[in-house]
This record gives sequence, C-alpha cells and structure tokens, in this order.
Amino acid sequence: MLVLALASLLIGVIDLDIAALLNSESSSAHILLVSRIPRLLAICLAGAGLSIAGLIMQQIVQNRFAAPSTTGTIDCAMFGYIVALIAFGDVDHWIQLLIIFGFAVAGTLLFVRFLQKLQFKNAVLVPLIGIMYGNVVSALTTFIAYKYDLVQTLSSWTVANFASVLKGNYEFLYLAVPASVLAYMYAARFSAASVGESFAKNIGLNYQRVVMVGVMLVAVLASSVVMIVGVIPFLGLIVPNLVSLFIGDNMRRNLPWTAYWGMVLVLACDIGGRLILFPFEVPISMIISIFGGLVFIGLILKDKSNA
Amino acid sequence: MIKLSGLSKKYNDNFVVQDASALFPKGVLTSIIGPNGAGKSTLLSMASRLTNSDAGEVVIADKPLNQWDNAELAKRLAVLRQSNNINMRFTVRELVAFGRFPHSQGRLSARDNEIIDKAMGHLDIQHIANRYLDQLSGGQRQMAFIAMVVAQDTDYIFLDEPLNNLDIKHSVEIMGAIQHLAHEHGKAVVVVIHDINFAASYSDRIIAMKQGQVIKSGDTVEVIDEAVLSDIYEIPFTIREVEGQRICMYYTNPHK
Repeated sequence: MLVLALASLLIGVIDLDIAALLNSESSSAHILLVSRIPRLLAICLAGAGLSIAGLIMQQIVQNRFAAPSTTGTIDCAMFGYIVALIAFGDVDHWIQLLIIFGFAVAGTLLFVRFLQKLQFKNAVLVPLIGIMYGNVVSALTTFIAYKYDLVQTLSSWTVANFASVLKGNYEFLYLAVPASVLAYMYAARFSAASVGESFAKNIGLNYQRVVMVGVMLVAVLASSVVMIVGVIPFLGLIVPNLVSLFIGDNMRRNLPWTAYWGMVLVLACDIGGRLILFPFEVPISMIISIFGGLVFIGLILKDKSNA
Repeated sequence: MIKLSGLSKKYNDNFVVQDASALFPKGVLTSIIGPNGAGKSTLLSMASRLTNSDAGEVVIADKPLNQWDNAELAKRLAVLRQSNNINMRFTVRELVAFGRFPHSQGRLSARDNEIIDKAMGHLDIQHIANRYLDQLSGGQRQMAFIAMVVAQDTDYIFLDEPLNNLDIKHSVEIMGAIQHLAHEHGKAVVVVIHDINFAASYSDRIIAMKQGQVIKSGDTVEVIDEAVLSDIYEIPFTIREVEGQRICMYYTNPHK
C-alpha cells in the first residue's frame, strides 16, 4: 500500500524526483501539491467509498451481487446529473451534488422496495434485474442527453478517470470519510439486517430504518464518486466479496479491510493505467472492468457450485 | 405470561387466523400443532410482534403489545423464524453475539461474552464457535440460531418450526435444550411444530389449530387424544402409551 502510494505520487508525464523535491524546487513541489497528492487522495477516497457502498448494499438487500452498479444507484445518479445540468445549468456544485444524491436515493430505494416485495430465491436474479433497471434509467438519461446535445459531456464524464483530479475540484470526495464512520457505527445493524427482516426485528431494530440509512449512505458514497471521478464499474461488487472470503461478513470486522483493499485495488489499477501507454493514460474504468468482469464471473460460478 | 385474546388476521378476504385466544405462562413449554395452512406461524408472528393483527389483543407481562417499545421488548421476548438468510458468512460466535445486541447495542461486555459462551455450551456447540455458518450442516446451523436466542436471555421465547429439516439426533437435542429453558430457567417457550410425537413427548401444553381457529388447547394429555387429532388432521389416529408416554400412530398402510 505504501509502495503503491509512493509510486502513484512519482509517476506522471513530468518526472518528479525525490532529490529535486528535497531541494525544494518549486515546480516539483507545485506538481506534487496540485496534482499528484490530490490524485492519490481522490483514489483512496473513491476506492474506499465505493467498496464500502457495495458492502452496505450487499448487506441490506441480502445479496452478494448487489452493488451501486448492479442496483441502479449509479445510473440514477447519472440521470440526476443530466437533470441537474439541464434544469439548473451551471449552479453551485453543492446543489448539483444534492440533486444527484436525491436521484440516487430515490432510484435505489425504488429498487430495494421492489426486491423486498418480490423476495427472489435465486441470488443471480437480483443483479440481473438491477442491471436491466439501470439500463432503462441510463437509456432515459441518454435520450435526454440527445435532446439537449449533451451526449459528449455525458460519455466523457461516465468514463472514470483520475487524470482530471486537481486540487480544488475533488474535495467532495471527503464526504466518504463521515459516511464511512457512520457506516462503521451502523455496522452491527446492517449485519443483523442481512440475516433477515424478522431476525433484525427480533433484536429490537427498526428494519426499514436500517435499510433507509443504508440506502442513504450508499447514495452519498456513490454519487460523490460519480460526480467527481465518474463510473468505476465492479469495484463495489468485487472488493467486499473478496474480503468476505477471508474475513467473513461481520461488517464491524470486514469494513476496515474492505476500505483498505478498495484503495489498494484502485491505486494499482490507476498506476497500471498510467504505465501501459505512457505517457498517455488509459482510463481506470477500462482496467478495472477487465479485472472486475473476470472476478464477477468467477463469483457467479462459485455461487452456482455452492447452491 | 403472554395472553392472546381474539386475535385475527385477514389476507384479502380470507381469515388466516380467526378469533384465536391463548395463554403462554412462564416455566411452560407450549407447542402449537395443526395441518399446513392452519395459521400456526401467523399466530406465532402476531404474538411476537413480527406481524400486525387485524383484531384482538396481545398482552405481554400485563402490558399491551402496542405500548411496548421495540428495543425494550427485545430484552424480554425472542423469536426465531425459518426465513433467515444463511448465505452470509458469520461465524457461529458472531451469530450468537447478535443475541446480546438488545442488551449491549453491539459493544460486548465481559458479562456478554460469558453469556454467549454459556449459550453455546447449552447447545453444545462450542467446538464449532469459529466456523462459518455456510460451512455447517443444517442441524448445526439451527443449533447456532437457537443458541443466539438463548443468549438473548428473554422471559419469552417463540420458535417457528425449529425442527424443520433436521435429523433425529439434532431434533432430540434441540427439544431437550428447549425444555430445559422452560423448566429450569422458568421461561415461557412456544414452538410451532409439525412432528406430533415430538410435541406429545416434550410439551407441557398444546394448542391445536385448524383453518385459522384454535380447536383445542390444554395440557398435553387433553390434546393428544384420538378423537381430537383425527378431527384436526382428518385421518384416523391410534394413540398408545409407551413407558408413560403417549405416542401417535397415523401411518395407515393398506398393503400391510
């Protein structure tokens, strides 16, 4: 982790060398402060945030394959982004975030309620329907984008890339910090809810309220990442699952590990993306899609062999 | 003591439970029996606040159910249903620890840990304390869930079909543990149970239901009766006493 972090700081179009830094050469220090350090922080926050969002989602809908990208959360957030652009134009970023957040909460809640009503027995159906639902929402988004000539904005924005992160434009990602702390405080409740509604009620929890808190946290984490970085597919899905294999599902125990491995994975993929076509960058969403897709298929196969 | 009076539950226009009354005293193991669709589980769910009733009243320790605070009630009443998600990877110990949540809100004290150990000891599952639930057999898993209810340490315990899909050994062990809770620890234990001979052998009182109504309730010997059971299950029953124990015969095999 430390090695990766250091590598992330030092890799870039402009060579940074430690000796120059120590000599307090102003241009090197400037690059470090304005671009490299914010980039590293953004990667850590986004990686941890999305992984935790996936973890919460998996627990509240009691399904291993649930994550912001398979329950419509991301697509609804993008829908919110387009609506914010069209309806409010260039408003304050806080208002933009609020609109995106509102759409993400509403869209996710709709899906979660739908799942609670239907009670699928087959685990694979949940992400399948979630992805279909997400596609419908994103079709709607694309349609609106066409109408208002925003397709380019939309597509450039949906491909996650940390290259554009600079000091001053990534700070919303810090929302992941309080959201993660809150998630940790609620960890035992989420885990109880993951066993079932009657199980959670039995130990005196208000099940629907726990689910609601979970949806809000997922939406905060996902929409802040979507707004600043873009869509990082599969991250929220694979990190909690891989961690669960070794640490189990007790959230109080696995949440810190999930955050940690989320950071490591995004950091590694980002560095990889920067090195493959150096000095050009391959967007991280492509790198992680390849890796994530493989892991996802592996997980489904493993689930089948268990069933 | 829990008292149910005139409880009813309707889905659409059909009564699932109609005008059911019952008493669950402390120190007594009560079984609810009856054919599928008799409303046993619904009655248990209403008595344990998992399902709202459409009519009637539940009084728990002299206080109507709707006046109980949910978190407070969790320290007095525990309920276990069959609908649990068993795909989550918790260790047995982590599961049992959930039973202490109403008392400790997730921060386990030394005393909580002691109670958790005792509960696992009660069901003799300490040796699998650190195994994950998804690595266990159905019987071991059910023992773990029951240990969790034991750790919750409540006056009232409701179990919905605790013997479902279990082999004979686990069934006997679980019924023994449950009976111990009622008789030695003075708890009111209520189980919905399908195997009538298990009900006859372990319960103190039995409530027999059919089509949403309580047909008969009373001491075990009053309900384990040829006429009563034949009426409820609509097949002929023969009852024999074996070593002071009533055993039901209902296997009508025409080829014998």
